[in-house]
Amino acid sequence: MATAAAGTDRRYFARPTAKTGWWAWMTTVDHKKIGILYGLTSFVFFIIGGIQALIMRSQLATPDGEVVSAAMYNQLFTMHGLTMIFLVVMPMGTALINFLLPLMIGARDVAFPRLNAFSYWVFLLGGLFLYSSFILGGAADGGWFGYAPLNRELPGNGMTYYSLGLQILGIASLAGAVNFIVTILNMRAPGMTFMRMPVFVWMTLVVSFLLLFALPVIGVALWELMFDRLFGTSFFDPGAGGDPLLWQHLFWLFGHPEVYIMILPAMGIVSEVLPAFARKPLFGYPAIVFAGAAIAFMGWGVWAHHMFAAGLGPVANSAFALSTMLIAVPTGVKIFNWIGTIWGGAVRLTTAFLFSAGFVSMFIIGGLSGVTHAIVPHDAQQTDTYYVVGHLHYVLFGGSIFGLFSGLYYWWPKIFGRLLNERIGKLHFWLMLIGFNLTFGPFHVLGLLGMPRRVYRYSPGLGFDLWNMMSTVGAFTIALSIVVFLVNAVLTARRGEQAGADPWDARTIEWMIPSPPPEHNFDEVPVIRHRDDWWYRKYITDPKGTPAPVIAGGADASIPADERDNATASEDEQAHGIHLPSPSYYPLVTAVGLPIAGYGVIYQPLLLAVGFLIVLVGAFGWVLEPPAEPA
Amino acid sequence: MSATHAAHGGPEPHTSTGVDNVKMAMWTFLGSECLFFGSLISTYLLYHDKTGSGPTSADVYDIPFTSISSFVLLMSSLTMVLALSSIQQGNPRAMRIWLTATAFLGLTFVGGQIFEFTTFVEEGLTLQTSPFSSAFFVLTGFHGAHVTIGVLMLLGVVAMSSFGRLGPDSARPVEMVGLYWHFVDVVWIVIFTVVYLIP
Repeated sequence: MATAAAGTDRRYFARPTAKTGWWAWMTTVDHKKIGILYGLTSFVFFIIGGIQALIMRSQLATPDGEVVSAAMYNQLFTMHGLTMIFLVVMPMGTALINFLLPLMIGARDVAFPRLNAFSYWVFLLGGLFLYSSFILGGAADGGWFGYAPLNRELPGNGMTYYSLGLQILGIASLAGAVNFIVTILNMRAPGMTFMRMPVFVWMTLVVSFLLLFALPVIGVALWELMFDRLFGTSFFDPGAGGDPLLWQHLFWLFGHPEVYIMILPAMGIVSEVLPAFARKPLFGYPAIVFAGAAIAFMGWGVWAHHMFAAGLGPVANSAFALSTMLIAVPTGVKIFNWIGTIWGGAVRLTTAFLFSAGFVSMFIIGGLSGVTHAIVPHDAQQTDTYYVVGHLHYVLFGGSIFGLFSGLYYWWPKIFGRLLNERIGKLHFWLMLIGFNLTFGPFHVLGLLGMPRRVYRYSPGLGFDLWNMMSTVGAFTIALSIVVFLVNAVLTARRGEQAGADPWDARTIEWMIPSPPPEHNFDEVPVIRHRDDWWYRKYITDPKGTPAPVIAGGADASIPADERDNATASEDEQAHGIHLPSPSYYPLVTAVGLPIAGYGVIYQPLLLAVGFLIVLVGAFGWVLEPPAEPA
Repeated sequence: MSATHAAHGGPEPHTSTGVDNVKMAMWTFLGSECLFFGSLISTYLLYHDKTGSGPTSADVYDIPFTSISSFVLLMSSLTMVLALSSIQQGNPRAMRIWLTATAFLGLTFVGGQIFEFTTFVEEGLTLQTSPFSSAFFVLTGFHGAHVTIGVLMLLGVVAMSSFGRLGPDSARPVEMVGLYWHFVDVVWIVIFTVVYLIP
């Protein structure tokens, strides 16, 4: 770049320099800081979504509940669903992916650090945009899948916020997906072949491709909804010849891959945690990887099982029933591999392991109730009852959330440098497991007894009373378990045991480096020779198959002698110092434009222009700012 | 690290696959765009006959006119290729001329679309007339928006090149904008065939 131009760049587009304080966090492009921001934000949304659930359970604890009005209840269950899916499970997975993905593949950052920061800010602002509807005349109230034509007819701006808010959040996820795909394909350390990648990295890759192809589909549905609501088009207006089923098809063509988008990161986490605490390699690594990919492919061919009650006809119903039963096969393969991993292992019952075991067992229950939906006549009985709500919570809470907590307990010491307290952690786990089953187990019974979902009241004498009370008690038990987790986090923040680099004697290379990792991650980029490379740097296997520690200065017999001494990459950064991406204002600036444009669409075209202008300014600053501070 | 090099024209970055990061990102993004236009085209196919009491496609489409504007857009792919070829031969002036020509052809296409939309509205086919009209305007409108964004990027590259701001590897940004531009053209071929030519 020409020196003169670089000089002007530095004057007009100086990059931020703050290393600490607010500005450092707002301009950071460090994947680890962004990961922590994602985690913190999604946890706050988790608490908000949980409070919504507690209000709903208080309302339903007894017949004819009087805690909230019907209108408020509609907003609560809609926003609870949207929050937990788009603002909790997805970003909490993204938090761990952000922090760990570069560490696990031996990279210094993701491929596009500023795009990564942009994703986070768009996610945060999109979430706030969606929530601002509560104080601006009422939130979305048409259910999280917002069926047509109700979604276009509901009064107020709630469903308009839904259509715009999910669009904004979709931009964040799409940018993240592109970033993670390029990072995984292009930024692997030397020797990190695809079949040596940790399963968590594999599942991130699969999920990113699912996001890449699923988001534009719901994007189109949301645009069409927005046009229907604001500009009088008739996409979903049956009166004018529009077809409400189009919404269902587009929504579930996104919505079913979305289910795997939420569960596959948790499956990746479990595939890391179980081997670490069973002190055995993952059983059937290729099978788990291919099963994950198979789930992703087949996930595109099952969407209409959400629509069995819509009357698609016997041929379509049979085809989707078959594909739905078939997708249970790769899922089962994974379950057996996890059991095979624990089998005969020297299992340590840590909190992280317990949460993973909880994931496997709860997910089996959720999976089995899921297969019952594949039987079309049975599904007709279950549609829109609490049975479906029970099923989805067993896979999303019992599955995803348990998996994510397992990952939190496992990687917490890597992220913050201190261990969480194991005793309090186990209390958290058992309270949560009991509370969870107490809350959502009765949902199956309620559903089979005929209690419809999304009702804000029920009459006494229908046989619902006891089960609802049980469920409410369970919900508050879960809340208590979350309080226990928070106490754990606060107590150990100051006085927790120092973790050291590798507190679990783990297997993958993120445990090679100090906790918390230095800004540049690896002093020298490691050369990877094995799957679970870090394990094989620590242990050799004797002829009986028992691992024995590598003696300091000793050697792994599998490495040729001439390669032993320089087992790190001689990248050019050793000669030139390590280049890290500089912080930047522009991801935040660009992101701020989007919700402003969103408000503009609803209230005032001038605001829309202002929003676009901010995006444009941000984009130009992004392109023109100089690469880094002057050397 | 390689992103820092890549984004600012350092030496050719080392990547695991050998494909440049930005190029791979552009290809993945375009993959996503395929599904976006696929969904819009599906909507159009579903609603093609749902014209209600409004005009049908046969009533309003002016195939010769749209064929000419389609031809203009396809020619812009040629000028785009010539722009890339110019910069690869180290001729930024020729590249700027070809990029400006590409932007001009793109704007001509968008102008043709605005004319077409205006004519349709005068003939009684508005966004609100029927599911058919909604699907038509939203599909072709989104394509027009993509062309417009492409024109902005083309002019941005021309401006940056004029001020000597493309960096040492100035062919890369041209190639990236080119990928996007050709994609938008290819999508139009599909839209033109499905929407205008298939009765």
